Amino acid sequence: MKKTVFLGALTVAGLAAGAAAAGTIDDVKARGKLNCGVTTGLVGFAAPDANGEWSGFDVAVCRAVAAAVLGDATAVEFVPTTGKTRFTALASGEIDMLARNTTWTFSRDVDLKFTFVGVNYYDGQGFMVPKELGVSSAKELDGSTVCIQTGTTTELNLADFFRANNISYEPVPIETNAEAQQQYLAGACDVYTTDASGLAATRATFEAPADHILLPEIVSKEPLGPLVRHGDDEWGDVVRWTLNALITAEELGVTSANIGEMSAAAGNNPEINRLLGTEGNLGEMLGLSADWAKNAIAASGNYGEVFEKNIGEATPIGLARGLNAQWTEGGLIYSPPFR
Amino acid sequence: MSNIAFVRTEMLPEQAPPASAVGLIGWVRANLFSGWFNTLITLATLYVIYAILAAILPWAFSPTVGAGSLAECREILAESGKTGHFAGACWGVITERWQQLMFGFYPNGSDGVSADLRWRPVLAFVLLAVALAPVLFADKVPSKMIWFTAAFPFLYPWLHWGGSIWGPISALLGFVIGWFVFKTAEKVSSSLIGMISGVVAALVWWLTLSGFFSNALNSILPVGIEPVQSRLFGGFMLSVLIGVIAIACSLPLGIVLALGRQSDLLIVKAICVGFIEFIRGVPLITLLFVASTLLNIFLPPGTQFDIILRVLIMVTLFAAAYMAEVIRGGLAALPKGQYEGADSLGLDYWQAQRLIIMPQALKISIPGIVSTFIGVFKDTVLVSVIGLLDPLGLSNGIRADANWNGIVWEIYGFIALMFFVFCFSMSRYSMYLERKLQTGHR
Repeated sequence: MKKTVFLGALTVAGLAAGAAAAGTIDDVKARGKLNCGVTTGLVGFAAPDANGEWSGFDVAVCRAVAAAVLGDATAVEFVPTTGKTRFTALASGEIDMLARNTTWTFSRDVDLKFTFVGVNYYDGQGFMVPKELGVSSAKELDGSTVCIQTGTTTELNLADFFRANNISYEPVPIETNAEAQQQYLAGACDVYTTDASGLAATRATFEAPADHILLPEIVSKEPLGPLVRHGDDEWGDVVRWTLNALITAEELGVTSANIGEMSAAAGNNPEINRLLGTEGNLGEMLGLSADWAKNAIAASGNYGEVFEKNIGEATPIGLARGLNAQWTEGGLIYSPPFR
Repeated sequence: MSNIAFVRTEMLPEQAPPASAVGLIGWVRANLFSGWFNTLITLATLYVIYAILAAILPWAFSPTVGAGSLAECREILAESGKTGHFAGACWGVITERWQQLMFGFYPNGSDGVSADLRWRPVLAFVLLAVALAPVLFADKVPSKMIWFTAAFPFLYPWLHWGGSIWGPISALLGFVIGWFVFKTAEKVSSSLIGMISGVVAALVWWLTLSGFFSNALNSILPVGIEPVQSRLFGGFMLSVLIGVIAIACSLPLGIVLALGRQSDLLIVKAICVGFIEFIRGVPLITLLFVASTLLNIFLPPGTQFDIILRVLIMVTLFAAAYMAEVIRGGLAALPKGQYEGADSLGLDYWQAQRLIIMPQALKISIPGIVSTFIGVFKDTVLVSVIGLLDPLGLSNGIRADANWNGIVWEIYGFIALMFFVFCFSMSRYSMYLERKLQTGHR
């Protein structure tokens, strides 16, 4: 049954392949759903609950974009992707955007032909060691065994760091974070290294988190952000400015609590008015409705709210804002002006 | 003085054997302690069993079924005086997520849009048993039930994916049309031409006409059940779906390939050998990557080629190649006299295969066939690598929930148990079938 439907569709699609080059934004509007690529599960960033409802820091970006384009934060199809399938899924058009804690690198941007529309989390590779090891700096780790996920950039960063400091280590290759936790707790390795956010989330699950410390060294830059395909700048703009709207909203003090009041009528702050569509025609320029940013922010709150709800200090993961604070508070989170 | 009898003339009454030789004690003495070496081994084994159980049982019997998170589990365990890394299992995760591990994201009525549809895969699974009964227990059920079995391959996917009922009916019509064309063409020309034209007619129907046919009928008489997207499939439902379809399709395909490999027709033989050797020379995971990523690039952009369907095709082809070799082993084991006997009776090729060769060859191959089935079923977990949420894929998603992050053994143990139930019952059935058919030569 499915076969016949598919084969029919394939024939039609084959004939119409040339004509199928409409913009992603039109496709999404016509479909009425945003296809958003997420991880198959990463604590705080994307996880399904018992009813299959996705939530998390990356998921919030998907929902904001869906709300901006379609006016409905639930009009999202979450497509779980693995580290191996994520880029082909995006390149082939199976998903419209990828929000999957993906590091923005030169080769991914230039060679794989994707457009990173911004950074929603500044991460970096860190080290976790048991307190009883008595180590206070990664430079004292000479001769240690290190649990490390194979085939990732963390592996290369680790080799670079140890070589640059002229110290040696013995890698214990592992496949998944869950395996790493077990190996590390069982004492198969002295050190576990991965992204600092992952280390914090892992440590939070331990029976006695205080027995383990994160070393101060961060040995790599891992700017994580949503990305879209090259060559569709209109769509790239929509995703980029939706993310920027969330960031600007925090900067300007627009929250999911006060957004109804603020967007009801033009207020005193012209930038808030432009953002929320009570003044100017920014939405129209993007090809969206005037209240696009209002919908995006109302979906799950501004950047700060999303952060606090999913990975902030009140959650089990307990990440401090750190680099991810607003630029006004000494962080790197910065949005170009809405003008 | 000759009446002194040195030989007893009457039978002594039977006495019960000594207590040490019968019953439990006798069995234990005979089997476990029949010598110093065996006694030593028995004691060592008992100690190992004790050590394993002493480690696992206190962990497994843990009062955490109602817990809502790993932290709650630890509180409950701490109250009962257990602390440490392996203090006790946290069964709350299974309580909360077992339905998800069974059905994935299949609509359960929680989103307020669609109703609870999980009865459909359950019904399909129950009907699967009904449909298998005429095949598995042919001597115990009415033979008319084979008609239900024949219709089941169309019913099974329909129950899962839903949609209009005219889709499966028009797919079924393709077989009917192919059959009629075959019969008609066979009468006016040879059976080879009949077969080719039958296949061509069925393909033409499926590829071009059936879509219009089902759409037209659907607009006249819309009968159907709510469609469910492939993306929502997951858990054991997905494993069973892929396993059942791959198993059901790979057996006939494997038989055809095995026969093709033994064929005298050069092209047929070359195609079959090439296919089998190519598929067997490639790991399944590679084929799955081809299905999930390469096909996306080759197909025209915007094509929606269902991911589960792609996986089904790949797994089926993979299983069929292995099946073909298993059946070829059965064919090779048959004495040449069987083929010659069939020829001397004047049977044509298909009659000989159907009546003489295949019944014997398949009977010989039963253990191999079933172990291929079991292998295919277990291989379905590989789909987690391409982002499908089978039980192993879901285990990652469950751990990504901040409440359950850090839980490993409970989830894997549950998944292993479920797989064991399925695979063990398949293996027991195969043993039953072997006994029934007496495959040994005696």
